Amino acid sequence: MAKKTAQSDTLTSLQTHDRKLKEFGINNAIYIVFFVLMLAITIKEPSFLAWQNIRNILSMSATRIIIAMGIGGILLTGGTDLSAGRQVGLAAVISSSLLQYQEYARRMYPQMADLPLWLPILIAIAACTLLGLLNGMIIAYLKVPPFIATLGTQVATYGICSIYFDRPPYGAQPIGGLRKDLTTLGSGFLGWDGTYSIPYIVLIAFAIAALVWMLHNKTRFGKNIYAIGGNAEAAKVSGVPVQKTLLIVYSLAGALYGLAGTLEAARTGGATNNYGNGYELDAIAACVVGGVSTSGGIGTVPGMIIGVLIFSIISYGLTFINMNPYWQQIIKGAIIVSAVALDIRKYLSKR
Amino acid sequence: MGDSEYVLEMNHISKSFPGVRALDDVTLKVKPGTVHALMGENGAGKSTLMKCLFGIYIPDEGEVRLAGKPVHFDTTRQALDAGISMIPQELMPVPCRPVMENLWLGRIPVKKFGPFSFVDNKRMLEDTSTIFKSLNMEDIDPKTWVRNLSVSKRQLLEIAKAVSYNARVIIMDEPTSSLTENEVEHLFTIIRDLRAKGVSIIYISHKIEEILTISDEVTIMRDGKHVGTYASKDLTMDMIISKMVGRDLTHRFPPRSNVPGEPILKVEDLTSAETKSFKNVSFELKKGEILGIGGLVGAKRTELVESIFGLRPIESGGITLNGKATLIASPESAIAKKMALLTEERRATGIVPMLSVMENTILANLPHYVRKSGFLDEKRCVSDTEKSVEQLSVKTPSVNTRIKDLSGGNQQKVLFARWLLTEPDILILDEPTRGIDVGAKYEIYSIIADLAANGKSIIMISSEMPELLGMSDRIMVMCEGRVTGIVDGKTTDQETIMRLATQFM
Repeated sequence: MAKKTAQSDTLTSLQTHDRKLKEFGINNAIYIVFFVLMLAITIKEPSFLAWQNIRNILSMSATRIIIAMGIGGILLTGGTDLSAGRQVGLAAVISSSLLQYQEYARRMYPQMADLPLWLPILIAIAACTLLGLLNGMIIAYLKVPPFIATLGTQVATYGICSIYFDRPPYGAQPIGGLRKDLTTLGSGFLGWDGTYSIPYIVLIAFAIAALVWMLHNKTRFGKNIYAIGGNAEAAKVSGVPVQKTLLIVYSLAGALYGLAGTLEAARTGGATNNYGNGYELDAIAACVVGGVSTSGGIGTVPGMIIGVLIFSIISYGLTFINMNPYWQQIIKGAIIVSAVALDIRKYLSKR
Repeated sequence: MGDSEYVLEMNHISKSFPGVRALDDVTLKVKPGTVHALMGENGAGKSTLMKCLFGIYIPDEGEVRLAGKPVHFDTTRQALDAGISMIPQELMPVPCRPVMENLWLGRIPVKKFGPFSFVDNKRMLEDTSTIFKSLNMEDIDPKTWVRNLSVSKRQLLEIAKAVSYNARVIIMDEPTSSLTENEVEHLFTIIRDLRAKGVSIIYISHKIEEILTISDEVTIMRDGKHVGTYASKDLTMDMIISKMVGRDLTHRFPPRSNVPGEPILKVEDLTSAETKSFKNVSFELKKGEILGIGGLVGAKRTELVESIFGLRPIESGGITLNGKATLIASPESAIAKKMALLTEERRATGIVPMLSVMENTILANLPHYVRKSGFLDEKRCVSDTEKSVEQLSVKTPSVNTRIKDLSGGNQQKVLFARWLLTEPDILILDEPTRGIDVGAKYEIYSIIADLAANGKSIIMISSEMPELLGMSDRIMVMCEGRVTGIVDGKTTDQETIMRLATQFM
């Protein structure tokens, strides 16, 4: 009997050890994926770890992080936002159309005097904030499911953007000739030379992420977001202003898309009405891979950032080691599904 | 009127839902510093009345007065601010958030920092500790996620939450349903403390002994109507039961003529593969027998029958069907072996609300209606459904009516019809009369009795003691995942079952 107990004791401790390892794997799946990916690329091509590459990955990720900060907050409430990408496009078109330099031959507003840099940016952000508010109102007051509500505004936003884009004197054509101060915002950097420097947009993105982190974790508003996503009924019964919170979450997301769109135009030096197409799905995928639950209530800002970085590393790193871009798509798809399948174990296992 | 001797008055409250008059001219008057029990059978309207008080429902008629002043609540926030808090029957925590955030949800403390305000975690922790200390529940870690707490700890958390509002009136809807005896005692101490401080408690419970122990006054409701309000000291258990039921107990159940025969199902030493579920369960079911399964919430009765039906994994043990050892790995295989399971949650796992009575009826038996051409034999679908509707006297305008428009009792009959079409030998019924009004219950009982008389074997889980005693040939009682006894339905009494149901608590 005693022997048997001792045996089963070692068995249990082995099992515990096993389980702990498994639990560690499950709890940190996202980070493990992240490091394995980095490691694999570095082994294939050791020069990958040069600051130059990391800087490129970070600046690729900057606008995506800002979009993810917006959509991530919405996912935390248990909602979703399909209009994000089109809002990014609208903001890109608005801000770049108002910030073309005087000598450029095909200015959208040939007669217009130079505006101060902040004004068009503010206009773009305001436009998207209003669209976000509209999303919020449709969802909070008309009780339309977020998927449908934002599907509608997605389609309509593209219409609005295209009408604005396709106007006299030159009609629908890419907006170019952006002013130097705008493009500097997108491609300039802080540092003493081209090698050791940090792009402005990366600084902006991380500043935004820090603010959103504070908002989610250090304010009552943030706690309400998690509560609504975790159990909307409980939140309501406890007196959480659910509708108001949703309005703010969607509006804030709009504001962030507005900023991201402007920076996207600044980074690429132009805009068309097709800018931002599909960005919402990239952002949702990044959030989800970063551990955000699409049913709401679960997720962190660092997770969202890691999610965005994973996708940037896939695009940049796999191109860097000369992988066929179609293969990259397959790997992306596999990572979305497997990361979530692993991550969801965290919440399934303890029933 | 002016100054009132009552802290709370609900006068002539009525509330209707499509097809049901849930509350009909109900009056409830609560004195300050008392425990006022609210009693009635399931469906009597207790919870609806409390939801009307708490701003979840808005009554169609009637007025609510708080300390003599008329009040009207459109939202629960207003009710909370006015000093009414409620511990709901179905607990509603935000699982993946810390205990203390759940406790202060909707009013998390903040501190100002210039124009910004930030969550004051330190104060939140202190306030939480203070409340936990005053309620003697310091063993709960304020920082752990609520999902890590046991059900009874969650219940205590809800009580702490209700207390934290400094409410004048606290509604407790079945607060002891998942508590052990010690925890109930703990709760009663808390309630007595609150009462001494002048707080009034509206206490809803089915447990008559509890009511007689803790309450000062009792209001009894039946079928959405007010029966009367009495001082607890003048009441006895029998008086309460007869007032709740409103008719002689002997007529609550139909006569049964079934004769249990040979064993058809044998379950031996069955243990769940899930953690904290049932263990070493053995029992036999005879042909034409009604076997009741009793126990408290959390006794793992549902888990047991769902495992037998192949819905949940089994770790060890055996099932013998008609003398043959059987492996049931999925519901499909259970259905093929002539078993049927009427699930506990009619709305969640029973009916498909937007589909018609016919579509709901044939759902479990669809392959049977596919013609060689691959299309459904609609004529036979309709004729079989019509036959069932008549046989079980389902009250429905037509077989094409959406099932969501039927009353709970008639929905349940449709689900019976669904399973009967599969011609099962064994019917497992999980709380078959939950949320069904009293009249329809009798009809469901008659259906069950007829089935048994026709040689079907029935396993019936029920949390209603009279139902178990009135309908079962034998009663198996479970506690914390284990069988604590199998007793004869005719010779047993409530006390025996209760003792078995709480054996390990």
